[in-house]
Amino acid sequence: MGTAAIEVRGLWKIFGPKADRIIGSPDAELDSAALRAKTGCTAAVRDVSFEVRPGEVFVVMGLSGSGKSTLVRCLTRLIEPTGGDVAIGGEDVRGMSATQLRELRRHRVSMVFQHFGLLPHRRVLDNVAYGLEIQGVAKAVRHEKARAILSLVGLEGHEDSYPDQLSGGMQQRVGLARALAVDPEVLLFDEPFSALDPLIRRDMQAEVVRLHREVGKTMVFITHDLSEALKLGERIAIMRNGSIVQVGTPEELVGAPADDYVADFVRDVPKSHVLSLRWISRQPDADEPLDGPELPADTVIHDAIPAAMASARPIRVVADGELVGVVDRVDLLGAVRLGEGIGAQAGEALAGTRSSSASASASAPSAEEA
Amino acid sequence: MKKLRLIAGVLVLGLGAAACGGAKVDDNSSAAPSANASAGAAAAGSAGTVKMAINAWVGYEASAAVVDYLLENELHYKVEKVTLNEEPSWQGMESGDVDVVLENWGHDDLKKKYIEEKGVAVEAGPNGNNGVIGWYVPEWMVQKYPDITDYKNLNKYADLFKTSESDGKGQLLDGDPSFVTNDEALVKNLKLDYKVVYAGSEAALIKAAEQATDQQKPLLMYFYEPQWLFSKLKLVKINLPPYTAGCDADPKKVACDYPAYPLDKIVSKKFADAGGPAYELVKNFKWTNDDQNKVADDITNNGLSDEAAAKKWVEANPTIWQAWIPK
Amino acid sequence: MVAAPADIAPPVPVAERAQRLARWLPAAGAVLVVALYVAFKNTAVLPHDDDASLFHWLNDARDWVDENRNTSPFFLYFVNYVRLGVAELFTLFQTALTALGWPGLIGVAAGLGWLAGGWRIALVSVVGFAGIGALGLWDASVDTLALTLSSVLLSLVIGIPIGILTGRSPRVRRIVSPVLDVMQIMPTFSYLSPIVLLFLIGPASATIATMIYAIPPAIRITALAIQRVPPTAVEASESLGATGGQTLRKVRLPMALNTITLGVNQTIAAALSMVPLVALIAAPGLGVDLIRALARVNVGAALVPGIAIVIIAIVLDRITRSAAVSRARSSAVRWAGFAVAIVAGLALTPVLAPEFPEQWQIQIIRPINDVVGWIEANWYGFTGFLNDTVAYGLLNPLQDVLTSAPWWLITIAVLGFAWRFSGLRAGLVAAGCLVAIAALSLWEHGMETLTIVLVASVITIAVGLALGIAAARSRWFAAVLRPILDAAQTMPSFSYLLPAVALFGNGRFTAIIASLIYAVPVVARLVEDGVRAVPGTVVEAARSAGSTDRQLLWKVQLPMAKSSLLLAANQGIVMTLAMVVIGALVGAGALGYDVVAGIAQQEDYGKGLAAGVALVLLGVMLDRITQGASGRPNSKKKRIA
Ligand SMILES: Nc1ncnc2c1ncn2[C@@H]1O[C@H](COP(=O)(O)OP(=O)(O)O)[C@@H](O)[C@H]1O
Ligand SMILES: [Mg+2]
Repeated sequence: MGTAAIEVRGLWKIFGPKADRIIGSPDAELDSAALRAKTGCTAAVRDVSFEVRPGEVFVVMGLSGSGKSTLVRCLTRLIEPTGGDVAIGGEDVRGMSATQLRELRRHRVSMVFQHFGLLPHRRVLDNVAYGLEIQGVAKAVRHEKARAILSLVGLEGHEDSYPDQLSGGMQQRVGLARALAVDPEVLLFDEPFSALDPLIRRDMQAEVVRLHREVGKTMVFITHDLSEALKLGERIAIMRNGSIVQVGTPEELVGAPADDYVADFVRDVPKSHVLSLRWISRQPDADEPLDGPELPADTVIHDAIPAAMASARPIRVVADGELVGVVDRVDLLGAVRLGEGIGAQAGEALAGTRSSSASASASAPSAEEA
Repeated sequence: MKKLRLIAGVLVLGLGAAACGGAKVDDNSSAAPSANASAGAAAAGSAGTVKMAINAWVGYEASAAVVDYLLENELHYKVEKVTLNEEPSWQGMESGDVDVVLENWGHDDLKKKYIEEKGVAVEAGPNGNNGVIGWYVPEWMVQKYPDITDYKNLNKYADLFKTSESDGKGQLLDGDPSFVTNDEALVKNLKLDYKVVYAGSEAALIKAAEQATDQQKPLLMYFYEPQWLFSKLKLVKINLPPYTAGCDADPKKVACDYPAYPLDKIVSKKFADAGGPAYELVKNFKWTNDDQNKVADDITNNGLSDEAAAKKWVEANPTIWQAWIPK
Repeated sequence: MVAAPADIAPPVPVAERAQRLARWLPAAGAVLVVALYVAFKNTAVLPHDDDASLFHWLNDARDWVDENRNTSPFFLYFVNYVRLGVAELFTLFQTALTALGWPGLIGVAAGLGWLAGGWRIALVSVVGFAGIGALGLWDASVDTLALTLSSVLLSLVIGIPIGILTGRSPRVRRIVSPVLDVMQIMPTFSYLSPIVLLFLIGPASATIATMIYAIPPAIRITALAIQRVPPTAVEASESLGATGGQTLRKVRLPMALNTITLGVNQTIAAALSMVPLVALIAAPGLGVDLIRALARVNVGAALVPGIAIVIIAIVLDRITRSAAVSRARSSAVRWAGFAVAIVAGLALTPVLAPEFPEQWQIQIIRPINDVVGWIEANWYGFTGFLNDTVAYGLLNPLQDVLTSAPWWLITIAVLGFAWRFSGLRAGLVAAGCLVAIAALSLWEHGMETLTIVLVASVITIAVGLALGIAAARSRWFAAVLRPILDAAQTMPSFSYLLPAVALFGNGRFTAIIASLIYAVPVVARLVEDGVRAVPGTVVEAARSAGSTDRQLLWKVQLPMAKSSLLLAANQGIVMTLAMVVIGALVGAGALGYDVVAGIAQQEDYGKGLAAGVALVLLGVMLDRITQGASGRPNSKKKRIA
């Protein structure tokens, strides 16, 4: 799997004294409270494995304290992992010397932080140029580059401001620009928008989507906000108590939650906005006419409604030119109204394709396998 | 071969360093002059700077004021006064902070150490003042208790001298801890029922003496001449066992009166060797207890600054000081 | 602490019994100590002996140093060079400041003030420095300024790197923290002798002594500032591949700078408070005038240099404080103003007289002395009565007890008391200090000093408590009190000896009065802040439950302000000790006197040195006894860490 942008295998991070002795011992099986009581250690990341494909937006989601920040920091060893392997672009990160690690951070991976982490004593321009400055890039060159990046994130004209003169959203744009300025292969985001107001958050999310389209970087995006995860993530990993409980596309998570925890999580998601027709299509009854409108199987249920309104006939759901089933108005209405039932129903439909292990060292099951 | 050369190199370097010799305390040039002095030095026509120790009794300050005045106005030196206790003043000759001590009270041990052993100071002759140290009571006490002047009777009167600070014994009031004193040893060795209490300064002694006289309060105190106070009020000296040569050799075993101190001047070796009019003036300086008391009285009681008091005396006594000025 | 055994004991009845026992333990202990005192009075006392072999040994050590000063490599290649270097630094400052001339120096001060905080601060600087000139103390003030600046510079050059290390490494912190604790408890008097031994008298020693006193805030605040740099900024820098050095230079230091500037501010304040003391070891400056005035018992003459020191303190404080809060964003206007002020000053230097003009000087000595003379003459009966009451009623009986009790009994009593109050560890340290004082052959003098400190502390804390509570409860009283306390706090502690001497003559009571003036402001402020910090909602709730003012105070405000009160007591006692020691200059005797005599008389050197150490031990002991569980300034700092 040398092609993966990021590959994580069996990663552990345990905070506390003599943490390295715990991995592999029976203590490692204890739940967090018991472990803390017994050893005084906190297992923030437990035996996590996943892969991120080049150019993918990979979202890690979980409640606060579930170990997301720790996980993302372990990728570039801002926090030293206790056990397991991390490879970025095929290179073993844990085996890197301090110099190699610095080179990795300087050129290949950069990060955007929840609380921005801007330097208040520097102008916006110098904040953005900071990474280049660290690399020893000449002043004129790095300022030019920083200006270009600032206009990319829509902050022209604010070069000479100081961070505290900007709004929160603008500050995070500076954080984003700083991360982009070194032209990394991978961008890591640790809940970058959770400190922002909802409206601004939406703008920023759109900004990330746009940037991803324009610059096409691999992104690992941490969030505790499900709607953000669903909006941005090509694939989403759900974390709980340090472990990944499920990895999958938004559709898979909503349609086939791996366990009650995930199910609980996605309960309030309006399913019709996430699931595609594939999840509710059924074999046509014998007497059903098959001359209704035709829609691709990955059309979101919600988007199928206009077609159903236009025609009384069942919609034909096709994938790769072949008919996979039909959906009529009753099916659609049911899907929109009875969000609850669908998960279970769809879960059955999808049995065998979803992530199999609830403890989820799940490597990604992809939608194509369905 | 290479190694040999290296060793030789190291040796040469080491010898070089040894020849440069580290820093000795007396070869510093940076004993800092006061702002005053360096400003003056920058001004035209200064003949140099003299660092004069000032010990904390007004008699000394009177002598210093007059010598200072003459050095500055007649010989055009800059005088830098360094306020110090007696012993640190000697140390200052070693460190380069002091050139002149104008009124030295005995201190044979220091003379031995700094003149004979270290060779950093030399004597510059007597200053003409005769020093007396002793125990004194106000005159009214002698009228009331005529036999009090004999130390043997002091125990009889110990109760009179009791104070809150004297631990139930009689109080013997001493001055500044730095002053020349054998009093603790004397009290012990003469078996007196007294405790030495330190007032802390000359001024405190004077204030106590004034109050004792005005308010007829009993007081036994350490005091000395020359002192302007004797011209204001009467104090009577207690007779201690008479001084004989060497009776104070061991400071812990002293049981005799203080010797007469012909006060003298001490200068640093460097200052003496440099010679020059300043050194000559200091060497020639010699006046009487009365002269000193006059100036001290002006400083303390007539509200004159040191400089003004010196000027007044200099203008009134040209014949005396003109003899000091080097030809 | 006392309840601890009860917590451990598992069966309920035993726990109850243990608790009951614990409640009675202090009383029982006190009774036992009294009984033992009565039984063993006048045994195992350690009367003072000037001939103790330790003193002789120290004298011999001194003689050795004296003889080898110019031969021992340690001196030739290290100590003497330090001395020369420091003296050189001082001379440099002094020459530079003098060369500026008074208009130039005022111009520089104005320029710095303008740069730091605009025209207000520039005005404060000009008025302040001109005021010093008007007091007729220009030259001495320049010397003091030179000494202060050179020791502050040294403190920063040495203290900031140590502070950075301390802030970054918990291991270094564990070593540095207790050392700083002791340095801050240490009465300044105690380290004069060893410094003079190594570096002789003169400005070099004075600079070093000042530095020792001024460096702890530099280290402490730098460490704190470095620790408080937001980890997010550091992490961001690291995430971009910055090396440790880059992060330090580009992130940590710039972000800590404002706080470090506040550290500079405190370092300057500390350095200025040493000015009078270092005059004892031949440092030029305002201290000389102060000490001389003290020797002449001339209150007016002492007040003037005192005021000059306060003015210097205020000007430097305002400049550094506004530098700390203002953003140092360069703008052409500010630098232009800076340049204009300096150039204007320098341009005037050759024009105006080199000496500060005499006709601009004001005379305040005589009116002050007239007032003092009047008080002396008219209040004599009252002050004498006060003096005797405290001496006969408190000092003498307490001193009798302390000097007639066996040393082991006092040690045990201190151990028990400190244990009860601050924990076993503190108790052991405190008792250890006492044993060490005995080992230094200074037991009796130590007890005498302790007597004065205890009496002074009790009075200080009582007065401070009363003032603090009153200020917390009445706004107008606070408004009147604050400026007075502020002024009292900036005056050099020596200045307080003088009015006390003038009113009460020489002796222990004078030292008590001086320490009262010195320590009460701090105690009162801590108490006031503590009481005020009680949340308004709690006070409201208590009032709505119908509490009277008195009930509110005793049942709500004071208990809730407990940790502030403990801290106030602790600070009050440590400050009192420092002042009581200085009181030796006005006849308060005991350990402080030993130190003074040790500097002044060569055969007393050993005793003086030992007394210096004993003072440090006494300070540590008093601090440990009163550090209490919660009232510890350090525990707060540790929590931040
Ligand atoms: N430096 C640390 N030392 C000890 N425990 C930590 C540390 N950092 C995080 N933890 C613990 O690890 C767990 C995961 O924390 P974190 O990764 O910050 O979670 P999240 O980012 O998902 O909110 C939490 O229980 C937290 O208390
Ligand atoms: Mg987090």
